[in-house]
Amino acid sequence: MLEFDVRCRVGSFALDATFATGSGVTALFGRSGAGKSTVLNLIAGLARPQSGRITVEKRTLYDSAAGIALPPHARRVGYVFQEGRLLPHLTVRHNLTYGRFFANGRNAVLGFDQAIELLGIGHLLERRPGALSGGEKQRVAIGRALLANPEVLLLDEPLASLDAPRKAEILYYVERLRDEVRIPIVYVSHSLDEVVRLANSMVLMSEGRVLGTGDVREMMSRVELRPYLGRHEGGAVIEARVAGQDLESGLARLEFGGGALEIPDVEALPGEQLRVRVRARDVSIALSRPSGLSIRNVLAGTVVELADDQGSSLDVRLDLHGTALLARITRKSASDLGLRPGLPVFALIKAVSIDRRSVGYA
Amino acid sequence: MWSLSPAETTALLLSLKVAFWSVAASLPFAVALAWVLSRLSFPGKSLFDAVVHLPLVLPPVVVGYFLLLAFGRRGAVGAFLEEYLGITFIFRWTGAALACAVMGLPLMVRAVRQSLDAVDRGLEAAAATLGASPFWVFASVTLPLILPGILTGMLLSFARSLGEFGATITFVSNIPGETQTLPLAIYAFTQVPGGDAQALRLCILSILLSLAALMASEVLVRRATVRAAGRDA
Repeated sequence: MLEFDVRCRVGSFALDATFATGSGVTALFGRSGAGKSTVLNLIAGLARPQSGRITVEKRTLYDSAAGIALPPHARRVGYVFQEGRLLPHLTVRHNLTYGRFFANGRNAVLGFDQAIELLGIGHLLERRPGALSGGEKQRVAIGRALLANPEVLLLDEPLASLDAPRKAEILYYVERLRDEVRIPIVYVSHSLDEVVRLANSMVLMSEGRVLGTGDVREMMSRVELRPYLGRHEGGAVIEARVAGQDLESGLARLEFGGGALEIPDVEALPGEQLRVRVRARDVSIALSRPSGLSIRNVLAGTVVELADDQGSSLDVRLDLHGTALLARITRKSASDLGLRPGLPVFALIKAVSIDRRSVGYA
Repeated sequence: MWSLSPAETTALLLSLKVAFWSVAASLPFAVALAWVLSRLSFPGKSLFDAVVHLPLVLPPVVVGYFLLLAFGRRGAVGAFLEEYLGITFIFRWTGAALACAVMGLPLMVRAVRQSLDAVDRGLEAAAATLGASPFWVFASVTLPLILPGILTGMLLSFARSLGEFGATITFVSNIPGETQTLPLAIYAFTQVPGGDAQALRLCILSILLSLAALMASEVLVRRATVRAAGRDA
């Protein structure tokens, strides 16, 4: 549990943020310049706030009222930087054990062998950082932070400097990490893909302020936050169980409270829980169940609310028997169909509109 | 003709001893001064910076004269050291080493400071988040990364010490076997009739010594640079 309540001014930038995180992965999401990295630096003690309070698991790291400000080395905060920051003069092995030397006696988050196996870095131990690829560097950086036995793990856009295949590689390892370690993880990102795949909860930031915090699914379906979550990429997140794979057609059948989804090219076994982001602009609305249609996913639901928007299009929030779904349609369509809260409708989702990047393990 | 006379051997060994101790004694001060100049900002910093670099531009005889005033038997520092610690500088090889140390200090400070300025502060911050206190950050991250600069500084100061003349002769005079280093011996030979040949022999010796020091340091610095850059050596 991390509690953060801080005011800080650096030059012309002012930060005034309050939030708390539970266990699992909390995404700090926002555009660049929103103050996400500043928040991490304040938690780690690399930047000084003007006033406020930061606690991790009831341990006070900073409290302006009580005059407490622990130095960085006493905070037990694992920090994975955007650029890795491996110590260039040490081998991978010594980078990994560097923090352990100072953490003597503290409860280990992970054993050395376990960390190496989890991150797949066993073959790199005797190499030097200069000889590693970007993805390898980040995996070593994650292992190094964990092996210092921190009480909270901070990841500052660890994928930002990597190309797409390397991103997928690291995402896979961070996903495994999330399921293996018990400490809270704060993950800074400006990519919705990553947030949806990894995070349990989300803190949405803009211009140094927190606009909202909560469960990722709940946050993603809040229409008033849509402008900050990306007009094009934003959409509801559905958690569903793989019911079956049809090998012949290449379609996976996913079941959730509001019905079933068919999605192509999902690499998951029956019984596994997946998280699927359905972009609002990929959802159409019909008043009656259409027939003679190529669209494979037709889900019954009711209209909950229409976002009060000034533009030519608007967001409609639907309720599919307890699961929220967002649809982005033109204002004209909404008025032609006579959409209003409570109206029963059908949501249409093209199977091919849900690509691999929109699917992650829950 | 290729073997050294006893007097030449004495001058050579004395030169090496004086240079070694001047480098060893000034190293901690040079690193501390470089750190202060690179990392701290305080009022009067540019004046402080100028004072540190003064021996580089002052005539050596001026430095020697001030050392004589301060560290002589009746000088403030010299009297104190002799009375309480039993250390004498005046007319001793230790005084020659002190003169060389003062003359070489700015060179060492410059080299160390340049590599300190080039250290990625982010690495130091990363080490701190891993639990390293400021002392350990310096010892385990900063120091290894500035090692090439330290070696360069040591070499420059060593070479400067081998060549130091003005401050040494002013401060501790020209005493064979005690303060007569190679340059002072060369000077002594040029002052007596028929000493030209012997002066030339010592000059050649000086050249060889300096060349060897330069080449050795080149190898050391290259190795340390490879290490600090994180490539597999």
